[in-house]
Amino acid sequence: MLLSIKNLHASINGKEILKGINLEVNAGEVHAIMGPNGTGKSTLASVIAGREVFEVTEGEITYKDKNLLKLSIEDRAREGIFIGFQYPVEIPGVSITNFMRTAVNEIRKYKGLDPVPAVEFLKMMEENKRLVEIQSNLTNRSVNEGFSGGEKKKNEIFQMAMLEPVLAILDETDSGLDIDALRIVANGVNKLRTKENAFVVITHYQRLLDYIIPDFVHVLFEGRIVKSGSKELAFELEEKGYDWIKKEFE
Amino acid sequence: MESDSNKIIDSFTSGEYKFGFITDIETDMAPKGLNEDIIRFISAKKNEPEFMLEFRLKAYRHWLTMKMPEWANLKIPPIDFQDIIYYAAPKKKKVLASLDEVDPELLDTFSKLGISLDEQKKLSGVAVDAVMDSISVKTTFTDTLSKLGIIFCSFSEAVQKHPDLVKQYMGSVVPYTDNFFATLNSAVFTDGSFCFIPKGVRCPVELSTYFRINAANTGQFERTLIVAEEGAYVSYMEGCTAPQRDENQLHAAIVEIVALKDASVKYSTVQNWYPGNKNGVGGIFNFVTKRGICKGSNSKISWTQVETGSAITWKYPSCILLGDNSVGEFYSVAVTNNMQQADTGTKMQHLGKNTKSTIISKGISAGHGNNSYRGLVRIAKNAVNARNYSQCDSLLLGDKCGAHTFPYIQVENTSSIVEHEATTSKISEDQLFYCQQRGISMESAIGLIVNGYAKEVLKQLPMEFAVEAQKLLSISLEGSVG
Repeated sequence: MLLSIKNLHASINGKEILKGINLEVNAGEVHAIMGPNGTGKSTLASVIAGREVFEVTEGEITYKDKNLLKLSIEDRAREGIFIGFQYPVEIPGVSITNFMRTAVNEIRKYKGLDPVPAVEFLKMMEENKRLVEIQSNLTNRSVNEGFSGGEKKKNEIFQMAMLEPVLAILDETDSGLDIDALRIVANGVNKLRTKENAFVVITHYQRLLDYIIPDFVHVLFEGRIVKSGSKELAFELEEKGYDWIKKEFE
Repeated sequence: MESDSNKIIDSFTSGEYKFGFITDIETDMAPKGLNEDIIRFISAKKNEPEFMLEFRLKAYRHWLTMKMPEWANLKIPPIDFQDIIYYAAPKKKKVLASLDEVDPELLDTFSKLGISLDEQKKLSGVAVDAVMDSISVKTTFTDTLSKLGIIFCSFSEAVQKHPDLVKQYMGSVVPYTDNFFATLNSAVFTDGSFCFIPKGVRCPVELSTYFRINAANTGQFERTLIVAEEGAYVSYMEGCTAPQRDENQLHAAIVEIVALKDASVKYSTVQNWYPGNKNGVGGIFNFVTKRGICKGSNSKISWTQVETGSAITWKYPSCILLGDNSVGEFYSVAVTNNMQQADTGTKMQHLGKNTKSTIISKGISAGHGNNSYRGLVRIAKNAVNARNYSQCDSLLLGDKCGAHTFPYIQVENTSSIVEHEATTSKISEDQLFYCQQRGISMESAIGLIVNGYAKEVLKQLPMEFAVEAQKLLSISLEGSVG
């Protein structure tokens, strides 16, 4: 078991958002989490990442047989957890190249490895740029500064490819993408899939799941996973909308 | 680091550095206090010609009529000017035998910054004139430079060997009556650097000076004079590292730059004097007067400074744009952490036609630090079609620090354009979280974000200096958030 979440409750400023999440993810699997707006999908990603504004009030998260909740944000990342953000933040004056070199080397240091040699690093950069079809000069620009919506999302997938995570959580990576960008992002994810890693794809729409085929689909509603199934569940949701879920559980 | 240490040992044992960087140097000191006898003592010690002594005495007599300026946004504890030793010269010392004799703090600073004097010199072709305790220790590369007619030496040496040049230019940009600290410096300055680039010569190396304060209770009064004749070019770098001290130390330097027709001077500073401890005990008081004059047409003076050290910084590198079409630039990053205070900025005096100036100031405040930008852009009546662009940004880390901007603009004609932009921002929790989620520690994340913020200024620095400055920015903000 790679990730095991049991009865997870989390709140922000005293308001409970997650109300007892249970989820198990094994290596090699792709999970999709769907659900209407404001049900806690992004909160779940933030809590797994360790964002401090969210307080875990109950339950546990086990990752690689360790108590994840005890690890710092950066140590979770160094242990292989990656979040593809819905709204990636801009860091003026910091080039993607510099940002990635810092990240790669801090992760290597954590693992007791020497910094990656410059030539090797540049080779990694080139390969992964090709993977997500981003223009060569994009990596000289400041992180996300002045990027289009599509460029920001591609940049997230690019970073994921660079950091080779064990558990990648993609938070609405498909939102705001045109069909070409969507295909590129999905291709990137598919090429990175192995038996050793796992993906959790958070999305509103079934559309992305035409490209990234999930093993499991979960419906998150009012802070709980109310329904789980195979990829067919996604089609059902697409057809019927979320109203039948709301009726069933409200 | 081992090989760096070896390089440092090599540089000390090779006999190049006769006086060495050690703490137990026998110092030839003047008694505490300031009076005409002390000034005569300094002048005599330095074997100065009569005009120098007169200059000093005139300055001293004028200084007696002056008061400490109080207009800066600084809290300055009272300074007892009679409790300061105004002259301390290291005596010739035996060559060092082993690393044990080198100040470990200095080695530590060097290793933290990843540089050594020797390394810097060898790798980048930098000529180094290391100043310690007011006496110029060693000047290198002088042979190469002298073939081009370039004079690069200590101020004292210039007084001995080139008294006419010194007499002609000293005090021509910063007169001895200029301000309290400049006047004090004019009375008691002990050494500094002198740089003269003759007509049409482009100085092939970056000229660099290292200043250090080594003896406790010794005020530092450096004086630097740079003259670029017609069509000459020089890039000059000044860098400071200072070991930890318990008592406040006064530092009042003067830098004068003269650029004649078509000449261009680039002056870069990385200032890292001891800032005092977390509670504000100790640290250097840094009152500096830096000014350049673009005397001839089409001349250019560019100041770039990275100010991370000192308990108090009071410093306004300025340009007098006298020649038509002359250009003045000021690029600054000033960091105040813990209890540090900085009141820094520039003055751009537009006197000639079509003169242009650019001001980019980036203030960074953390801890209880207090950071003020103070700038004057003055466009005189005859400076038609003058142009200025100013950008003053402040970055706050935490909620106990302060950032202030005092821009003064005087425009006396209607054909000129002056622009001023200012922003204040904080490092956002979103940015930190984003970096940390990529495996980057909080400290490194702050370093990255701050360096990104200061990039516009850092890219103005010569390459070898930029690397040092980047590390310095990160080091000086260690422990400021958390």
